[in-house]
Amino acid sequence: MACYTANWDPLGEEAFYRKFELYSMAWNLKEDLRDCLVAAAPYGGPIALLKNNFRKEKSPASRPLLEIYSASGVPLASVLWKSGQVVQLGWTASEDLLCIQEDGTVLIYNLFCEFKRHFSMGNEVLQNHVREAKVFHTEYGTGVAILTGAHRFSLTTNIDDLKLRRMPEVPGLQKLPSCWAVLSQDRVTIILLAVGQDLYLLDNTSCSVVTPPGISPHAGAYVQMAVSFNYYYLALFTDTGSIWMGTSSLKEKLGEFSCDFRAPPRQMVWCTRPRSKQRAVVVAWDRRLLVAGNSKECIQFVLDEDSYLVPELDGVRIFSRTTHEFLHEIPEASEEIFKIASMAPGALLLEAQREYEKQSQKADEYLREIKDQNLLAEAVRQCIEAAGYEHEPETQKSLLRAASFGKCFLDKFPPESFVRTCRDLRVLNAIRDYQIGIPLTFAQYKQLTIEVLLDRLVLRRLYPLAIKICEYLRLSEFQGVSRILAHWACYKVQQKDKSDEEVAHAINQKLGDTPGISYSEIAARAYDCGRTELAIKLLEYEPRSGEQVPLLLKMKKSQLALNKAIESGDTDLVYTVVLHLKNELNRGTFFMTLQKQPVALSLYRQFCKHQELETLKDLYNQDDDHQELGNFHVHSSYSSEKRIEGRVAALQNAVDEYYKAKNEFAAKATEDQIKLLRMQRRLQDELDKPYVDYSLHDTVYSLILDGNHKRAEQLYRDFRIPDKRFWWLKISALAEREDWEEMEKFSKSKKSPIGYLPFVEICMKHHNRHEAKKYAARVTPEQRVKAHILVRELDQAADAAIEHKNENEMNLVLSKCTAATDSSVVEKINRAKAQILKK
Amino acid sequence: MAFAGRRDAPDGPDFTVLKRLARDQLIYLLEQLPGKKDLFIEADLMSPLDRIANVSILKQHEVDKLYKVENKPIVSTSDQLCFLVRPRIKNMKYVADIVNADKAMGRSRKYKIIFSPQKFYTCELVLEEEGIYGDVTCDEWAFYLLPLDDDLLSMELPEFFRDYFLEGDQRWISTVARALQLLNSLFGPFANTYGIGRCAKMVYEVWRELVEESEGDSQARRPDISHVFLMDRDVDYVTALCSQVVYEGLVDDTFRIKCGNVDFGPDVTSSDRSFKVLLNAQDKVFSEIRNEHFSNVFGFLSQKARNLQTQYDRRCGMDIKQMKNFVSQELKGLKQEHRLLSLHIGACESIMKKKTKQDFQELLKTEHSLLEGFDIRESTSYIEEHIDRQVSPSESLRLMCLLSVTENGLIPKDYRSLKTQYLQSYGPEHLLTFHNLKRIGLLTEQAPGETLTAMESKVSKLVTDRAAGKLTDAFNSLARKSNFRGISKKLGLIPHVDGEYNLKLPRDMAYVFSGAYVPLSCKIIEQVLERKGWLGLEEVVRLLNGNEFAPTEPLMEENPAWEAQRVILVVFLGGCTFSEISALRFLGKEKGYKFIFLTTAITSSARLMDAMLEAKV
Repeated sequence: MACYTANWDPLGEEAFYRKFELYSMAWNLKEDLRDCLVAAAPYGGPIALLKNNFRKEKSPASRPLLEIYSASGVPLASVLWKSGQVVQLGWTASEDLLCIQEDGTVLIYNLFCEFKRHFSMGNEVLQNHVREAKVFHTEYGTGVAILTGAHRFSLTTNIDDLKLRRMPEVPGLQKLPSCWAVLSQDRVTIILLAVGQDLYLLDNTSCSVVTPPGISPHAGAYVQMAVSFNYYYLALFTDTGSIWMGTSSLKEKLGEFSCDFRAPPRQMVWCTRPRSKQRAVVVAWDRRLLVAGNSKECIQFVLDEDSYLVPELDGVRIFSRTTHEFLHEIPEASEEIFKIASMAPGALLLEAQREYEKQSQKADEYLREIKDQNLLAEAVRQCIEAAGYEHEPETQKSLLRAASFGKCFLDKFPPESFVRTCRDLRVLNAIRDYQIGIPLTFAQYKQLTIEVLLDRLVLRRLYPLAIKICEYLRLSEFQGVSRILAHWACYKVQQKDKSDEEVAHAINQKLGDTPGISYSEIAARAYDCGRTELAIKLLEYEPRSGEQVPLLLKMKKSQLALNKAIESGDTDLVYTVVLHLKNELNRGTFFMTLQKQPVALSLYRQFCKHQELETLKDLYNQDDDHQELGNFHVHSSYSSEKRIEGRVAALQNAVDEYYKAKNEFAAKATEDQIKLLRMQRRLQDELDKPYVDYSLHDTVYSLILDGNHKRAEQLYRDFRIPDKRFWWLKISALAEREDWEEMEKFSKSKKSPIGYLPFVEICMKHHNRHEAKKYAARVTPEQRVKAHILVRELDQAADAAIEHKNENEMNLVLSKCTAATDSSVVEKINRAKAQILKK
Repeated sequence: MAFAGRRDAPDGPDFTVLKRLARDQLIYLLEQLPGKKDLFIEADLMSPLDRIANVSILKQHEVDKLYKVENKPIVSTSDQLCFLVRPRIKNMKYVADIVNADKAMGRSRKYKIIFSPQKFYTCELVLEEEGIYGDVTCDEWAFYLLPLDDDLLSMELPEFFRDYFLEGDQRWISTVARALQLLNSLFGPFANTYGIGRCAKMVYEVWRELVEESEGDSQARRPDISHVFLMDRDVDYVTALCSQVVYEGLVDDTFRIKCGNVDFGPDVTSSDRSFKVLLNAQDKVFSEIRNEHFSNVFGFLSQKARNLQTQYDRRCGMDIKQMKNFVSQELKGLKQEHRLLSLHIGACESIMKKKTKQDFQELLKTEHSLLEGFDIRESTSYIEEHIDRQVSPSESLRLMCLLSVTENGLIPKDYRSLKTQYLQSYGPEHLLTFHNLKRIGLLTEQAPGETLTAMESKVSKLVTDRAAGKLTDAFNSLARKSNFRGISKKLGLIPHVDGEYNLKLPRDMAYVFSGAYVPLSCKIIEQVLERKGWLGLEEVVRLLNGNEFAPTEPLMEENPAWEAQRVILVVFLGGCTFSEISALRFLGKEKGYKFIFLTTAITSSARLMDAMLEAKV
């Protein structure tokens, strides 16, 4: 395969570099790159150009034009620049474009030239103007460093959490430094700057002079510096054409190269990769490109046009008006396989597979050779790995075919790596397509992760491709397809040219009830775009009411929110809305709203009962609910009022309300209660005994118990106590008092409305059989048996039962008999029963 | 009622896992507050807590002292206070008082509130209003279900009844749904869900949403429980209002069983101290008599006593070896049984004494005539006398309610006079109690006023959206008609027997009420299970005010080998009585079902009435 290594260039003993074309640019650029401000995002990201920026005259026809292209030069968007003078462009980690203006204002645009927001780098920058600026990425996010006209540095490490830091002054700095760079060491961001032959390190508090180890004293003044992608390495270019390479901590020197050109290069960047053998820098002049490492020789390329270098994790991208190329060090696996006359197992396997396809027996020879060394597994591994590094699908395929072929002769080769590589390559090939234009390498892709890649596709609104990838990689719906659909929907709601119905319908059609889709989030986006009606329509699709409510509240659709909250059956949610309404509406409207929602109303009442009694009263008042108002007053007469006058007043209020409620019963009962309370107080005063809070019954009872029969009688008349109750009450009280005389007198006062059996019962209850017997004689014939049993006169009970010829009664008597003492009674009854039977 | 192919009821699932889960979570929560701490427990939670974790477990996890949450200043000296409470506003004020008092004294401590079973927004709101939101940390102890017995799970939320049915406060709905989902995840998936009642429907809907949210992580597996039946308490007030005559119910009515425990006082234990007895299937004596009609219990106990005696008597004539064996193996069991036996005999005696005093037979007779709808006048006079003699405030109220519910309201004259009598006897504050009873539909006036219908029409005009059904329902429930007479006729709730009902060998569920009445709630469940739905019960459903539901998909094929198909979870929203449990246990035995009971709390007529009282502070 001689042709394969044609574009390989050796650098020193160990490493090869190659440069190959990614795309021929589709952008038809008229201008030279040098006339534009350029910024290209790493990880195969988009390219931003600001044209006409340097023209001094500001005629409307020559306004600067901001254009954004994919890495393949496909235009994504453009916008006429109407803001201030831009000093620097840069991309954030989330692929937003930062436009740093001379006045220190940073404007943020998305991929499609849509303005997102802006922030300022502070007053000092505003006054002294931005002279130079750099955008950098650290673990904190995307940062911006500014060099002002006062030769001072200001920076922020994270533009999403803006904290401006003004770096200390560099002593004696009278002009702009010749070059500078931002370093990140041990999570501290520092600035390295060169003034002539001196290097200064600026950290938060101090400025110190540093010297790179091993640099020749005659190296000259520094004109250019480069920091590697991972901040580990630093390269310095001096005006004598010497390049110093070392660690960015300035503790170690890696190498030195002396080149023939002394002109300050346009750009200098590192070209390394993880685990690379050789660390090299790429230096670009107008028409020349040079790769230099720790070796005497270097690689040189001629540049036909203005080119722009984009450092990547594992190489350098170089784009110009017509092409976009990638320059990188050949990874070990590829080198082993493709190096001319390589006998590495992978190389042999590839050869074996080719012979096999030609149906040549040489296949077996090659295979045997690998197997003899017991290296087949290694060979397969090499082929799989190398396939990942290849850009051309054809080469990828042949390597994978070789791996697959080799696998057949292995017993236990785990298939995962093969399958994974196939899948990943398929994804990579899809996104490298020039229509998509994301030239990610395998290593970059692994570093970026699939999730971020999907985000980037979503950002480019490449929803179908993203979904295809999710499906192809079998990502869970929740983090895959659903998320993308949700993004799509959020984009969809911004399409102002479609009606609300159309958009809502289209979204629902596509999303259906895919798990993990939050319609409320989409609705929130619609609301943010000012499409309230659309938001409401979308919320209808949201199955979880709990999710609908907060947004509805935000949109001030409180009525609807209340309905939804009630539907959800979640009372916490209802309370949230109710209390929100309480603050939002005036009291009257608030109450009116509640009246229409019984569920919410009862919840709010429950709350008021414990927390805001007065509000409760207002609620009833508002609704003219006189019944509840009456109850409210009655309740407060027991709970909150302690003094009799207060209680009477509360009850009087209750009476009024009850009348208004046309509840005469309650009104009368309450009036009676007022009367009773007053009476009780009088009794309390006169008799010096507590009566208040007794029921009427208990009051009378207690009066009788104390022998106050007159007063008892008076209450009996005043409150029209029914005769039956009064009799029950009086004989019970008298019995308790054991006032048998009075009881007898009372029993004879008139005919008892409750009969005389209760007298018997009560006397017996108080164990006075003697008295009981008196009344037993007076009970009606029907109750006689019972009465006799009560006073334990079974003989007479039996007589009465026999007299009545009532078998039930006879049985009742029998059941009370005990064999030992009442045999005569038993006999008597049995005789009588027998007689009845005879008849 | 012999059933062809009568099968033995399968065993129910083992619920001890619920206790374990609750215990583990509580321990975890306690350890979230490391170091020594004092624990303040709300009175209602003490008994349930005791069943989950005893004091020594709490001590192991650095609980220093235990206090009851009560309205007086605290004496704790600990630097960390932990409150284990129900999510009630008054508890928040209690905590706020403590925190604010500490603040005033410049004392700083750590405070943690553990809400059981969940936190409510209002609680946080009150904490905020009291200005202590930042001073306390809040946690939830998801202790939804306490297994009171092998087949009985209680949420121990007696306030559910009043909150939902009287105040229209739905906050417990999601709690019940979560409890249901817990069971579903442990013993489900439940295949068929039936139910009746507005609350049942809401619980069902909220539960379904929970199921859908958690779908995906539930593997298809064989359920231990396949059927669920949800029922609102207000579907059947009658049963809950009747005097209980099955032993367990009677013990509850007489002594009040609390959280599965009953305190037998000195009159039962015939000693000078009282015993706390755990009543469940583990109690050998109790488990045999709990579901029996009281009239059988005494006979059974004396038989048991005789058996016990003979077993003791076997000692005579044993040789040494046998005796050794007897002492080491049997004696302990016998002694235990002996102790239990004497306790239950004591309880029986005590019950008999109390019940005969109030002329229990007469009371039952009145109840039975009310159920059958005979001699209404006489029953009314009986109730009146009951009130006049101040027999018992809650008993009197219960009888009034029973009269009202069975008769579809009292006639206006009686309504007024009974209420007047009641107020005179038991105090005027019951005016509010009557208002509550009217609102909930337990004590109403016949010939419904126009106000309600007017209100309804007003509401239905207002309503245009999806909440429509719910709105009108809300109003319906405010004063629903009971239609008991019609339902009773349709379902044959009053058995017609020639001669005496044999309580020793009962033939239907009516035995739990001496053969006079088949409990309505249980009858509905029986009918629906038999018909596999509500088909043919349309008229009954209409009389019960609807809101029924049944599985929409075709039922699973009956698989006789699949035991779980005969395990049925019955959920009572608003409480169930021991009589209902006994009746369904009987039905289960007859038909080869195993019923599992989930109730918001055990209830009884007295508890029902207590819930209607307006607290007199």
